[in-house]
Amino acid sequence: MTIDSSTFSVVSSGEFEHPDTIENQAFGFWLYIMSDLVLFATIFAAYAVLGHNYAGGPTGKDLFHLPYTFGETMLLLFSSATYGMSMLAMNNNRKDLVLRWLFITFLLGLGFLAMEISEFHHMILDGNGPERSGFLSAFFTLVGTHGSHVAFGLIWMAVMMGQTIAKGLSAPVQSRLIRLSIFWHFLDIVWVGVFTIVYLMGVM
Amino acid sequence: MNKKSDLVFIGLLSLCTVFFLGGCSDILLFNPKGPIGDAERFVIIVSIALMLIVVIPVFIMVFLFPRKYRASNTKATYMPKWSHSAKIEWVIWLVPAIIITVLGILIWNTTHRLDPYKPIVTGVKPISIEAVSLDWKWLFIYPEQNIATVNQLVFPANVPLSFRITSATVMTSFFIPQLGSQIYAMAGMQTRLNLMADETGTYLGQNQQFSGRGYADMSFKATAVSREQFEAWVQKIKQSPDRLDLSRYEKLEKPSTGYSVMSFSSVKTDLFDYIISKYNEPMAMNPDITKEGFGPMQPKTGALEKS
Amino acid sequence: MFGKLSLSAIPYHEPIVMGAVIGSILLAMVILVLITYYQKWTILWKEWLTSVDHKRIGIMYIILSLVMMLRGLADAVMMRSHQALSAGMSHGFLTPDHFSQVFSAHGTIMIIFVAMPFLVGLMNLVVPPQIGSRDVAFPYLNSVSLWLTVAGAMLVMVSLGVGEFSKAGWSGYAPLTELKYSPGTGVDYWIWAFQIAGIGSLVTSINFLVTILKMRAPGMTLMRMPIFIWTVLCTAVLMVLSFPVLTVALSMLTLDRYLGMHFFTNTLGGNMMMYVNLFWIWGHPEVYIVVLPAFGIFSEVVATFSGKPLFGYTSMVFATMAIMVLSFSVWLHHFFTMGASPNVNIFFGITTMIIAVPTGVKVFNWLFTMYRGRIRFTTPMFWTLGFIITFTIGGMAGVLLASPPADYVLHNSLFLIAHFHSMLISGALFGYFAGYSYWFPKATGFTLNEKWGKRAFWSWLIGFYLAFIPLYVLGFMGMPRRMAHYDILAWQPYLIIAAGGLAVILIGVLCQMIQLVVSIKERHIARDLTGDPWDGRTLEWAMASPPAIYNFAATPEVHGIDAFADMKEKGIAYVKPDRYQDIHMPKNTAAGFVNGVLSFIFGFAMVWYIWWLAGISALGMLVTVIIRSTDDNTDFAVPAAEVERIENLRYRELANAVAMPRLTGDQAMP
Repeated sequence: MTIDSSTFSVVSSGEFEHPDTIENQAFGFWLYIMSDLVLFATIFAAYAVLGHNYAGGPTGKDLFHLPYTFGETMLLLFSSATYGMSMLAMNNNRKDLVLRWLFITFLLGLGFLAMEISEFHHMILDGNGPERSGFLSAFFTLVGTHGSHVAFGLIWMAVMMGQTIAKGLSAPVQSRLIRLSIFWHFLDIVWVGVFTIVYLMGVM
Repeated sequence: MNKKSDLVFIGLLSLCTVFFLGGCSDILLFNPKGPIGDAERFVIIVSIALMLIVVIPVFIMVFLFPRKYRASNTKATYMPKWSHSAKIEWVIWLVPAIIITVLGILIWNTTHRLDPYKPIVTGVKPISIEAVSLDWKWLFIYPEQNIATVNQLVFPANVPLSFRITSATVMTSFFIPQLGSQIYAMAGMQTRLNLMADETGTYLGQNQQFSGRGYADMSFKATAVSREQFEAWVQKIKQSPDRLDLSRYEKLEKPSTGYSVMSFSSVKTDLFDYIISKYNEPMAMNPDITKEGFGPMQPKTGALEKS
Repeated sequence: MFGKLSLSAIPYHEPIVMGAVIGSILLAMVILVLITYYQKWTILWKEWLTSVDHKRIGIMYIILSLVMMLRGLADAVMMRSHQALSAGMSHGFLTPDHFSQVFSAHGTIMIIFVAMPFLVGLMNLVVPPQIGSRDVAFPYLNSVSLWLTVAGAMLVMVSLGVGEFSKAGWSGYAPLTELKYSPGTGVDYWIWAFQIAGIGSLVTSINFLVTILKMRAPGMTLMRMPIFIWTVLCTAVLMVLSFPVLTVALSMLTLDRYLGMHFFTNTLGGNMMMYVNLFWIWGHPEVYIVVLPAFGIFSEVVATFSGKPLFGYTSMVFATMAIMVLSFSVWLHHFFTMGASPNVNIFFGITTMIIAVPTGVKVFNWLFTMYRGRIRFTTPMFWTLGFIITFTIGGMAGVLLASPPADYVLHNSLFLIAHFHSMLISGALFGYFAGYSYWFPKATGFTLNEKWGKRAFWSWLIGFYLAFIPLYVLGFMGMPRRMAHYDILAWQPYLIIAAGGLAVILIGVLCQMIQLVVSIKERHIARDLTGDPWDGRTLEWAMASPPAIYNFAATPEVHGIDAFADMKEKGIAYVKPDRYQDIHMPKNTAAGFVNGVLSFIFGFAMVWYIWWLAGISALGMLVTVIIRSTDDNTDFAVPAAEVERIENLRYRELANAVAMPRLTGDQAMP
């Protein structure tokens, strides 16, 4: 005999979150972040191996513009700060402030991504795309993987803004905002690694 | 378990023994024809012997215990609460650890001694042979004799062979089982192998790393002959109408299947280095590979080849 | 419009392939017709395809595994029969291209679509009840993982009839897998099947890590967990840390092939050695992922059927953790012959040997569990004994290969093949078979037929030896792996015997199929009335067989190792609780299944360069995830009255059953 939700009238569990669920979700998300860290570490390792395989093409010194990268970095770092503001607002149950800070974070993140896409675009137009050499393959993949994570984060952020508007700061919404927070700050940390190892060391 | 199962196992184990004994001379790894292969056989035998120290007790116990402690044997002691013994723990951790330590020392010694890059020192001047894996054949260049062959390796016995190996295609593995170690051949890189044959004879040579459609065609004969026979063979090859200049090489490089033997009476100078450099162009950097570990393997400097 | 796809992708001119394709399609149609005839579509959808119940998901994983095993065995049959014939002038009945697809498919299927689903299936069935929990931490993600794995398997199956499969081996070494040397769709199928299934595995590992670490019953400290749970925990750690590396390796190969990058190419700065390293940094932990749960199963089986607790519980835990940690330090032993310096080879050789120590400890602990026990020779126990002997032989071969100088002459030979099949078949597969027999009654409510089980075991064991001992010999005779044909006629007799061995194994498989049919027919006679057919020691045996959807009406309290044995001894095993509560369970959802279908479409589209389809299916997956995330109504409650009714039924059955039926007398003897 089978029991499923069709057998009984559904007890509206809309607001039901088992007290452990939120903690388990956060813990599970941390585990995912760990696996993502291994992912990035592997790509960093590949970059270390291929980092000098210029194949007669341009080196980091030829390609990178530190002031530009600094600008990108500032956008991303500030976006972490603004997300933090959003979380503070969430703890104070201020839905309006949560939305405002989320929106600012979104814009900053979008700015970062736009700058990065522009950098890639110019490199490709100059013939220095990822197919030029092992070094460039590694560069585009490392920076690009980080960028795709940021893009997914932005999509998630937009969805969260929608959910916050539609449902308010319910327990599930808050739980998701917490996880997005972990994700967003994690991306910031990875970026610190990227601009140090790729850009700073590449130019030296 | 009962006697019937024991019989089955004894039967299977006998089968194993029969397999090994049948056709002894076909068991190439136990019939090495050179010092490298010899040393490697020694490692194999010693390792197996050491491991039997642990394995034989396991076999005894796995037959004895089920038999003795089967549920229907109510005479056997039953200790349903017993699940710990410090003494036993000490033994089962320590004895294998000791064996592994001994094996570790064996590995340390033999891996250094049998480093493929290590020249074989006998007082006789080594012969230099450059091997290039192509799709799907082996090209052997004898730079000192200025000849080359495909799928045919002839060399004097009791003379060290110093191989430089590369690939003009995908990753392959150069292997003459009865002489000893194999090593990968990779494009744009050079690996080295040092072998020697103790006695004359014809030995199996092959590619041991799958490389595509014609992989199974890449076997060749490795023939050890006397000094005089070798010189005579070189002279014979020098009569070949075929010459391995650049355009002939480029034709050779094209994929072909089916076993074929070819001879070339002269070879483009530094063809081997040229083949390697093809995969490294353009080269803005020349990574120096004097440190140990990974990195594209370029010709090592003389300083590393100590005698 | 359809990318590279055209009608010429169907291999009309290859009779063997077309035969397999037509056969598979016919079989699928028969199944579809049967489902329609018996009007099971609604149940299939509502109770299985959309299920988030770990018990159902576990069963579906195992079904997938068994079906794919038949495909993998078919590949093995082709290889063995071809090689038995292709000596000297004869080149067998397969072209080299076909032969290479066969061995590539065989390896990929057996590891990723037989071993992984089997172990994840057993994990799903057993872990939550063994820790006293009602479900895994993330039931919806559980469903997602299942259907991603199925999608990957379907990509491999489809490659048979549309295009071709990879010809570069299950390990896919560059630069052979680069576009230049593998221009067809084969490698792409391999990449996407691997990649999609890999994501499923990663999600599973996170799921089980959280489940085990956060959802154990009160009183179950880490050192009171069943050993199977310890092995699953360590396996999950291995998965979460190693699968990202595989994702990166495959992604970089994908970027090389699709966007012309130079990670592993021969030219312009690629480094093929990096592929080899990355692949095996995943690949070695993978083989421990596959074998550790089997070790856990053997531990449970040996303890139960010896009527004693497992010997050396603490050292088993430490041995398992040691294996987990060490498995990340040995990967280079897969390529000692790639030219690393002696010191590097020595380091990895020694770490590889060290890992043999805890493994050996486990074997001794199993033996000492039997010592002074009362051993019942059930089918699971047979699998265990067959494993110990065979695994020891294979382990010896492994320690031999760990020595670089020995490996220099044995690498990539049939000796290697014999070694890893010894480990995988006797280690992993026998373990899963033991688990299958052991937990079958729990999942279905009736036991499997012992007679056919034992016949299956003997056939597998004898067949295994006949199939693989010759391969050990052939390795010493110098025969490499993956040879489509060979010139040394002395090799042929051994290959013929090996083919014969495979035939005996197939008899074993037949026995297992017969066993299933017979058991289902006789299920009313073989009913497991108490839920504890073996006098088990762990909590899953406290549930009914099959269990109620919520597993336990009241969460058990644990006071020691072997919690259920403990409870039985104290007489508190079947105590009725005073009151029942509402039990909240997760609702079924189509999201996981839909996601799986979309991922299959995505993989297929990527293989054939149908970019618009790839884009749409990717978008679809994103939309599915977003929609699911906005759904806050994902639970339902089983009312307390219903729980009481179900439990009362169970207690009535318990009262009627003969107290804890044990296997006695003639059932215990082989």
